[in-house]
Amino acid sequence: MLGWLTTVDHKRIGLLYFFTSLAFLGAGGIEALLMRTQLAQPNGMLLSPETYNQLMTMHGVTMIFLFVIPMTTGAFGNYLLPLMLGARDMAFPRLNALSYWLFLGAGLFLYASVFMHTAPDCGWFCYTPLNTSSYDPGLNADFYALGLIFTSLSTSAGAINIIVTSFKLRAPGMSFNRMPLMVFALLAVSFSLIFALPPLTSDLVFLELQRKLGFHFFDAANGGDPLLWQHLFWLFGHPEVYIIILPAMGIATSIIPTFSRRKMIAFPLVALAELLVAFIGFGVWAHHMFATGLPIGVLIFFAAASMMVVIPSTIQIYAWLFTVNLGRPQFRAPLLFIGGFIALFVIGGLSGIMFAAIPFDQATTDTYFVVAHFHFIIFGAAVFPILGGMYYWFPKVTGRMYHERWAQASFWVTFVGTIVTFFPMHLVGLDGMTRRVYTYHSGFGWGTSNLVETIGAFVLTLGLLMIFGNLAWSRFNGPPSGPDPFHGGTLEWATSSPPPPYNFAVIPTVSTPYPNWDRSETVVDVGEGHETSTTTVRDGFVDEVVKMPSESGWPIVVAAVVSIFFVMLLTSHIYVAAIFAGLSTLALVGWHVHEPEQAS
Amino acid sequence: MIGSGQSPLTPHSHAEHDIALLWWVMFGVACVGLTFIAVLLLLGWIRRNRETLPFGGDERTATRLVVGLGIATPVILLSALFVWSDIFVIRSTAAPSPKSTALTVHVIGHQWFWEIRYDGVAGSTVNELHIPVRTRVDVIGTTADVIHSIWVPELNRKADVIPGRTSRLLLYADRVGTYLGQCSEFCGLQHAHMQLMVIAQPRAKFEEWLRSQGRPATATGGFALFQQKGCANCHAIRGTSANALVGPDLTHVAARQTLAAGTIPNDREHLREFIRDPQAIKPGAKMPQLPQAPSQTDALVRYLESLK
Repeated sequence: MLGWLTTVDHKRIGLLYFFTSLAFLGAGGIEALLMRTQLAQPNGMLLSPETYNQLMTMHGVTMIFLFVIPMTTGAFGNYLLPLMLGARDMAFPRLNALSYWLFLGAGLFLYASVFMHTAPDCGWFCYTPLNTSSYDPGLNADFYALGLIFTSLSTSAGAINIIVTSFKLRAPGMSFNRMPLMVFALLAVSFSLIFALPPLTSDLVFLELQRKLGFHFFDAANGGDPLLWQHLFWLFGHPEVYIIILPAMGIATSIIPTFSRRKMIAFPLVALAELLVAFIGFGVWAHHMFATGLPIGVLIFFAAASMMVVIPSTIQIYAWLFTVNLGRPQFRAPLLFIGGFIALFVIGGLSGIMFAAIPFDQATTDTYFVVAHFHFIIFGAAVFPILGGMYYWFPKVTGRMYHERWAQASFWVTFVGTIVTFFPMHLVGLDGMTRRVYTYHSGFGWGTSNLVETIGAFVLTLGLLMIFGNLAWSRFNGPPSGPDPFHGGTLEWATSSPPPPYNFAVIPTVSTPYPNWDRSETVVDVGEGHETSTTTVRDGFVDEVVKMPSESGWPIVVAAVVSIFFVMLLTSHIYVAAIFAGLSTLALVGWHVHEPEQAS
Repeated sequence: MIGSGQSPLTPHSHAEHDIALLWWVMFGVACVGLTFIAVLLLLGWIRRNRETLPFGGDERTATRLVVGLGIATPVILLSALFVWSDIFVIRSTAAPSPKSTALTVHVIGHQWFWEIRYDGVAGSTVNELHIPVRTRVDVIGTTADVIHSIWVPELNRKADVIPGRTSRLLLYADRVGTYLGQCSEFCGLQHAHMQLMVIAQPRAKFEEWLRSQGRPATATGGFALFQQKGCANCHAIRGTSANALVGPDLTHVAARQTLAAGTIPNDREHLREFIRDPQAIKPGAKMPQLPQAPSQTDALVRYLESLK
């Protein structure tokens, strides 16, 4: 137990991230089921408007900030990145531990609000002035603002770690063009996070200054501007969409070659496309604001940029499809999930393109058509690869095989559930149903579609339970998998399952993007100690051998102090908060002064 | 399923016709695109364990196909869509030039009702926007509190109303009728019950209605109770001493079709229920429950019903 609290092993931290974000998936899922039950028929009486608004907001906040990001960058990224790079750990193992404990603190902080029945209730983008004290006098919006600042501390630390790790800890010979496509995706995500989180944090700090200290950033009556909130929010919020989907694309580019039994075609184009998605994603934010009355020239610029961002996605879609068609594909469960992902991503992408047609966007924005669109993207396109990836790397993490037939059945149930839940939302949206309504009149004729959606949501839940049931059962009863059951091409398959704490007894040398298929003979022996080799950023030449830090209790201490700091801010104990801010600095000093002896 | 109530795909104006056409064309192209991808996916499945593309060809062919289908085709299609929708169609949904319109209406969003004012007409009405049919109407949208969004799906796009800003929107109806609309930006507890109904009438009928709206209330019996119970603290009734602007102007409340922004129909039973316990009908609404004897409720109902 103590070992888990002080661990700096990227695999253990990855598992902590995995189970924690899975718990939040459960919470977000229960919130969704409650809302769907309320909306199953007209004039539903299950939830009060107050409760509905809190559930709706927490569902969005949970799924985005407490499930998808920590699951992709935290769990998959942490566990797989060093293994794929042939490294022994992340570049900053203790920072890694800190980012997990901060994430846990932030998640508990946000969920404390649910148990106090003062959860955020202003929607996940929480437009001002609805989020100001005049219209939201409780702690609801404070939980939202401080909670998100808190999570972004964790996410930023994680992103920096991923960038440095993939720049400096690659195996010898792994030049930039030989990095696995999953690593390109994680790198693109991490850069996006580094640039996208500051606008969000500024926005939230402005909000707290206005709420707690009476500033006027968004107050039109005193020279502020409510649109400032929207610009800053979406300057974060749209890159965020690609932050959510890019790891999924990375997982797809890991699973497809393995089960097609050939390398990705157009590899450099796909790598470039992953980076371009992240880059262009920063130039499209105002397409969330087409109905706010921005000047027409601005609308047209953002519409054009929004169309451009389609191209890197279509490149990847065809590269995936032709890789499958040019290989000898085996449709085992992970590839089935990727097939489902492609179908759902194309549906969500096609409806997404429609929003770049400004007049159509102005008609359908804030209706269920949008809800349908982004659930096809966020659930269909981002979560399906996560689910497929869980099956794919399950043998690597546990050393055991999952149950294949149940896994395939779970795919079909989840896939059908997803379509039945989210497809009818297009229809009610085009029929005029606006989003974020806690109930609706029977006269509109939306009842049937909504009932179907609700039934779909329960089918979808069943599918997810089948997946997690399969994994839980196989964890203890699955047959041993051996180190490389699927004959994968990247380095994580070159070590035993589960990998030893040091990952690789000897660091492999790399000469292609699929080093496990094209074995090199030379290896760099750095012994079994706490050491790893670093390489040059572009070419992957051996640079030096560095010692890795040993386990430490400081990260969890710092995270605890920071948590108290945020609680004090929430309750307006500014001076106490300042003391805890100082204490967290002291803890950081302690962290660095007291460097433990190297474990041997 | 599509085409009942308030669908943007049952257009009744030039602007909305263009939007609907845009949708059907995009929908058609999207269906072709989705079918194409689905066929490729299915081919992969049908031809599993085989090692070539269905039509022969190697990695180089496949890369060319990725460039052709993944870059060239979308560039052409998206450019066409861009020029059509964002250069041409956008003109018909853009804010109208004031000279091109025959009537100006002010729509002011409140939590949770729409205040409606006509230039040159005293007082205001709520939630039911009367316009003359086949006439270009300039809607000037503002908000009294948080962000709302004006949307009448069968007539035009939506326009957010944002504190400190003014939005403008063209309304035009090509036939006489009632067009439902709704606030479409989340605005708090009762966002779900914030209906805006547009009633397009022949010009003569519209002008008659507008004249009647401008007149003060004539009925008097019951006003004392209205004032005594505190209703006048929030509501105005022109022609009386009640002139508060917090809640809807009730001068002609009996002439409206619904109450509480489309939450309930405007009939005796619903009106009585709403006066007795507004929080049961519209939880979170700004109207408090005021203590009253059943006989007083009846008297208030009778008074309000006389305000035609």
